[in-house]
Amino acid sequence: MRYSALKLLTQALTGNKGWKPVWRDPEPKPAYDVIIVGGGGHGLATAYYLAKQFGITNVAVLEKGYIGGGNVGRNTTIIRSNYMLPGNQPFYELSLKLWEGLEQDFNFNAMVSQRGILNLSHSDAQHDGYARRGNSMHFSGADAVLLDQDSLREKCPYLDFDNARFPIKGGLWQPRGGTVRHDAVAWGYARGADSRGVDIIQNCEVTGFKIEDGRCTGVETSRGSIKANKIAVCVAGSSSQVMGMAGMRLPIESHALQAFVTEGLKPILPGVITFGAGHFYVSQSDKGGLVFGGDIEGYNSYAQRGNLPAVEDVCEGGMALMPMIGRARILRSWGGLMDMSMDGSPFIDKTHIDGLYFNGGWCYGGFKATPASGWCYAHLLANDAPHELATKFQLNRFKTGSMIDEKGMGAQPNLH
Amino acid sequence: MIINHPLLGPRDASEFTYLGDANLMNRPDWLSENASEQFYEYLYLRENPAGEHCELWYHEQGDRSWLVITRNTLTNEISKVELARELERSA
Repeated sequence: MRYSALKLLTQALTGNKGWKPVWRDPEPKPAYDVIIVGGGGHGLATAYYLAKQFGITNVAVLEKGYIGGGNVGRNTTIIRSNYMLPGNQPFYELSLKLWEGLEQDFNFNAMVSQRGILNLSHSDAQHDGYARRGNSMHFSGADAVLLDQDSLREKCPYLDFDNARFPIKGGLWQPRGGTVRHDAVAWGYARGADSRGVDIIQNCEVTGFKIEDGRCTGVETSRGSIKANKIAVCVAGSSSQVMGMAGMRLPIESHALQAFVTEGLKPILPGVITFGAGHFYVSQSDKGGLVFGGDIEGYNSYAQRGNLPAVEDVCEGGMALMPMIGRARILRSWGGLMDMSMDGSPFIDKTHIDGLYFNGGWCYGGFKATPASGWCYAHLLANDAPHELATKFQLNRFKTGSMIDEKGMGAQPNLH
Repeated sequence: MIINHPLLGPRDASEFTYLGDANLMNRPDWLSENASEQFYEYLYLRENPAGEHCELWYHEQGDRSWLVITRNTLTNEISKVELARELERSA
């Protein structure tokens, strides 16, 4: 069923009785061309582009719980392409371009809202750093505008410009950045993949891989064993656990990250704002709640919840940035698992086992990458060669020394 | 999260900084044949278990000792706290 204004009107006039479930609930078949392990944003996007761009439709997406129940439903919904390094920047710009056409492409309202993202600078050196970052963003055709303090005072008068420790000197503004309704991304991709013949199989946990003579030929699941020519894993925070079943150790640690939403307020924030002297970012949802977060907890965790020191740290960042936030009351907070890699950058690669592919290590930046990650992973699965914008996301880059360390922190995942 | 320091008693985890897997204490021999391979694995690859995890914490806001803490990564329950230097001596 194609959605349109006419459809909406006729349904409204006939009591909304014609809406049907938009994806099937199929039993797993004994074999597929491609099995995707993990029905999150990246897995569903991969299935969608495999079917749509590459014509591979004999595909199953296996999801342990329900689709959209993991990080694609737990993030702070920000999209942007303000990266600096050559291995990263063009890839994230591809993602932003895909976001821009996504809703028309999969005929689903994902509420893509390009309200802009503002990174604040608090010293002259940091401002120079943002000028450099903006220039490197221009290389890939991304947009970046360096703002001085005067134009910022006009744009966001409520910021604490004259804070004694962290005065605001200016900022880097990416107008095309913004936010997206995250659940709708999962649903839109699921609907698009399903309508092209992809089987989305929920409540189906992968419990092992069938590996013979260095070749992966299928998976064992809680709903029986399933064969496939190619098995593509993208399970975010559980990456080490799942790849551990194939005997692999990954350059990844799992960490917990918290996010927070306040009560609904009148519109005050123009877009996403990030604090440059600590780790704090905030945007306002369409319902009016301030959505914000900051650092990960800092120690390995699979707990999907955080502790109080991180809450305190995030709130201190908020107060230093815009003191008025202290008047808002937090309604909800939650935690999710981040697959933190050793250089803060992701992996989209084949493994040393034939037929087994891996996508992960997105740290806490996986949501914005969803379309490009799916696109490039589908490209890798279809052609057995990496997409030209994802050639640097190799699993063995730590061996060859070609890390993509955007923050320059070294092999210390809790600092990325 | 409260860490029961062997010398100082219960201390808040926010006084500590975290390094990672306690295997980081077992530095490979740089003179061995395959030192480069060993250092690659030592530096970059992790077990990252969901369950019991031995890990290094540094009491930065306290007595600056290194602790080896056994913690469950699913529940944050801490079952053992030892001084790293004593483990080093007994090894």
